[in-house]
Amino acid sequence: MNKPRRPAPLLPEEAGRDLPLLAVCAILIFLACLSVIGAAGAWQAASGWSGQLVSEVTLQVLPGEETNGDEAAREAGALASGLPGVVSVEVRARSASEALLRPWLGNARLPEDFPVPRLVTLEIDPENPPASGALDALFADAPYRVIVDDNRLWAGAIARASATVRYFAIGLVVLMCAAAAAVIVFAARAALSMRRDIAYALHLVGAPDRFIIALFQERFFMLGLKSGVAGSLMALLATLGLGYAGGSAGALFFLPSLAPGWGIVVIVPIAAFISGAISGLAARLAVSAGLQARWS
Amino acid sequence: MDQPSSDSALSAEAGATPAVRFDNVGMRYGRGPEVLSDISFELPRGSFQFLTGPSGAGKTSLLRLIYLAERPSRGLVSLFGEDTSVMERDALPAFRRRIGVVFQDFRLLSHLSVFDNVALPLRVAGQGVRQYGEDIVELLNWVGLGHRIDALPPTLSGGEQQRAAIARAVVSRPEILIADEPTGNVDPEMGRRLLRLFVELNRLGTTVLIASHDISLIRSVNAPVLELAEGRLNRRARSV
Ligand SMILES: Nc1ncnc2c1ncn2[C@@H]1O[C@H](COP(=O)(O)OP(=O)(O)O)[C@@H](O)[C@H]1O
Ligand SMILES: [Mg+2]
Repeated sequence: MNKPRRPAPLLPEEAGRDLPLLAVCAILIFLACLSVIGAAGAWQAASGWSGQLVSEVTLQVLPGEETNGDEAAREAGALASGLPGVVSVEVRARSASEALLRPWLGNARLPEDFPVPRLVTLEIDPENPPASGALDALFADAPYRVIVDDNRLWAGAIARASATVRYFAIGLVVLMCAAAAAVIVFAARAALSMRRDIAYALHLVGAPDRFIIALFQERFFMLGLKSGVAGSLMALLATLGLGYAGGSAGALFFLPSLAPGWGIVVIVPIAAFISGAISGLAARLAVSAGLQARWS
Repeated sequence: MDQPSSDSALSAEAGATPAVRFDNVGMRYGRGPEVLSDISFELPRGSFQFLTGPSGAGKTSLLRLIYLAERPSRGLVSLFGEDTSVMERDALPAFRRRIGVVFQDFRLLSHLSVFDNVALPLRVAGQGVRQYGEDIVELLNWVGLGHRIDALPPTLSGGEQQRAAIARAVVSRPEILIADEPTGNVDPEMGRRLLRLFVELNRLGTTVLIASHDISLIRSVNAPVLELAEGRLNRRARSV
């Protein structure tokens, strides 16, 4: 008779009944996590590529009538190496340029005095690149012409592509969160109408709406938390699986190689919390609206 | 034997505002006919009254107006001097906590034990099990449910459910107690025992209104009787 009592939960536990709902939410979270992981991978790859492109500048040196191509290239290289932000300079031999022209000119040997442009590759400090236009200004007075190719076009294209991927992923995540919220609103309404007796009894013993809302909100927050953990774990396993199954499959889906490490595991608590918050909030809105619809 | 506190003593002490006041109240469900018409009466604070009348006369509907489950379609219902028709939703819980209700159909929550059902009003008011645990055990012993504390309502007999519902209604010592046919499912002996609980509560200051058509029960207490017939009220002097 004096044994300590623990008050029972006011909303009955319904282990089995929540299962389909849990599954739907977990699948939505799974898909949302996959698109986040995918977008992160694509972004990582893109910034790797554009980093490479940005850290390399190619000079095409076009010798004039009177200048010797090799000399002009050496001179251009020496000038460029004096510029702050240029880490190293590699003057390519004439044969390197000829190799590039071969697809157009075939194997025919070019005359010795044919003005083949020479290539000079500059390695740029990406943290501290030369001011834009500085390279062009350097060669303004030279007796040969220099075309500076800093790969900006490519870098821009990659940046645009990765931005597109990112926006697409954000859009997908927003859509899936909205779908999860809609499912929860639907489920919370059903739960309230199934549990009208409880809401009614609580009202009549003087429970304010917020007391009843909190019961449902807590229930659905826990449900969202569970499905968030389940869905993000599935996404993590799928990513790991794809990563191990072979780089090719991973690359196909823009999934990161996971070389960066286990940092990606943070997606589980983050997804769980966001999913719980969405679910709790959606239930709160649904139940609140459901209760307000009646006076008593 | 059972003598509720008398009306005259009370009105002197409690002043002007009655616990409940009806002025020309009419009520209909949806677009149906009026089930209550031109109802006017008062429950002075601390009074003890019966509400009687044949089945379908409107007893439950009248009580629903008092415990704020319905609003009148015309006329004025006031609780502790406040007009219920202009009460905001947010104001209702505070009023409901001052009213204990024994529903005709009990309305116990089937997934909660008898103990937890009876504790409901205290839990809603924010009390912890440490505060109310012993009181509830004592109260359940008093209504003869000491041995069914952990039972679920569906496993109780009608009379046992009724006693659990009564315990829930009185556990928070409400200012008004509304009981809708509270002895309909128990034998006469238990009926008188439960009635004594209401009288006891009334002695401590609670305003009591009991709907019943059990004449012998009504006769066992010397108290005013409100008689409903086809939605209209005839005031009868005393029950005895
Ligand atoms: N929820 C309801 N909707 C429509 N009519 C109702 C409802 N409840 C009761 N009534 C009608 O109101 C009248 C009075 O019922 P009620 O108040 O339950 O009487 P009593 O409690 O005296 O038996 C009856 O004619 C009944 O059919
Ligand atoms: Mg009735």
